[in-house]
Amino acid sequence: MNLTLRVWRQKNANSPGRFETYEARNILEDMSFLEMLDVVNEELIQRGQEPIAFDSDCREGICGMCSLVINGIPHGGRRGTATCQLHMRHFKDGDTITIEPWRARAFPLIKDLVVDRSAFDRIIQAGGFISVNTGGTPDGNAIPVPKPDADAAMDAAACIGCGACVAVCKNASAMLFVAAKVSHLNLLPQGKVEKDRRALNMVRQMDAEGFGNCTVTGSCEAVCPKEISLSFIAKLNRDYGLATLKGK
Amino acid sequence: MKVVTNIFGSSLGKKYVMAISGAVLFLFLIGHLAGNLQIFLGPDVINRYGHLLQSNPELIWPARLFLLLMLVLHVWSAARLTIENRAARPMRYAQYTPLAASYASRTMMMSGLIVFTFIIYHLLHYTVRVKAINLTGQDFAGPEFQTPIKGLIGEHQHDVYRMMIVGFSNFWVSAFYILGMALLSLHLSHGISAMFQSLGWKNRVYGPFLDRAARVVAILIFLGYVSIPVAILLGYGKEAL
Repeated sequence: MNLTLRVWRQKNANSPGRFETYEARNILEDMSFLEMLDVVNEELIQRGQEPIAFDSDCREGICGMCSLVINGIPHGGRRGTATCQLHMRHFKDGDTITIEPWRARAFPLIKDLVVDRSAFDRIIQAGGFISVNTGGTPDGNAIPVPKPDADAAMDAAACIGCGACVAVCKNASAMLFVAAKVSHLNLLPQGKVEKDRRALNMVRQMDAEGFGNCTVTGSCEAVCPKEISLSFIAKLNRDYGLATLKGK
Repeated sequence: MKVVTNIFGSSLGKKYVMAISGAVLFLFLIGHLAGNLQIFLGPDVINRYGHLLQSNPELIWPARLFLLLMLVLHVWSAARLTIENRAARPMRYAQYTPLAASYASRTMMMSGLIVFTFIIYHLLHYTVRVKAINLTGQDFAGPEFQTPIKGLIGEHQHDVYRMMIVGFSNFWVSAFYILGMALLSLHLSHGISAMFQSLGWKNRVYGPFLDRAARVVAILIFLGYVSIPVAILLGYGKEAL
């Protein structure tokens, strides 16, 4: 199939960006969206032009590196699907596709469709860990974890940190990401020790990075490639409130 | 001190302020509606109720000041959060598709602002009783809107019943009232469930129920309030005109 692409091109954060139009020819419907961009880039390189810069790594939906706002929806709008897993069979021959980078103050643009998501790393550094002294390996089931808690923690841990929640949110809020990361550890006995400190510090870092606030529209949950539930945001609100009430 | 900075200085804290102030204002709406609906029980009942409130300034004024404080906190948190949210996305998308977000959730600021102007008009209309804005040419604060108290010779009370009938007989006043209530209902359809979410009182078990209940309650509040001007426009209480 043949497609027309409107792609955001921007040399760097300091120069102005604009949309460029490209033709994507002879695209197979079994290709992923990123493979389609690879084909376009091959052609650009052959013509001696600068290829379109975009992020990708594992290309199997688990690393969280790929991004792209496709026709106004991060990751293209297929439920539970990252851009790398989005197949061209969902598009029609002759379609025009608009491709933009994640847009948020906390995600400064690096080049074209690549943004700097290290704000997420700094939020993790503020509390997304468990402090343990190294030593002998603990026994497998020495600490009992109730099955529902383990399941809920795993649901939260599924977050790959891609930033689609921020990209889709009308306020560029990182609440779903922070909620998933806080809940993942706060639900488990190993993480409960630092529960209060974790919630307070990670929220403080989130605010410092310049993300917006949650207005409970639910867009993040709908776009999340890992289908992280909005109920984790309620849990984060609860954990932060309890920590505050304790005077922490 | 940490508690204060955690609440007033953080994104989550400002949402607590918004949720708690919103909850108080929501409870007021229910109480106010219960009071207003007494118009359907006739002039004696609603005038007695009006007199009960107006003759107890030591009760009504603390309540009014408390509600004003809640309104100020609600508006303050909305303004702060909106400024931060705008700043968080300096560059808009060329193409943007709202996903899953309800119309109400995306327009809270707009519905809130219109409801806010409505509240100011409503207070000037029926509480301060500014003659110029009631569009009927009658003075709600004047002697013709006083009625004798039954059983107390020489004592008078405000004729709330007649004021409401005369006030809502004006089509434009009723139309603005209905518009205000419609936007309030839209605001509540999102706000009632969002306040539980912001305070962390929501989970996967009863969360979907809260979302549905919020919409039902918002519609019931709309119907309750709107029943009064609609009934009056259709002729209820014509004898008092």
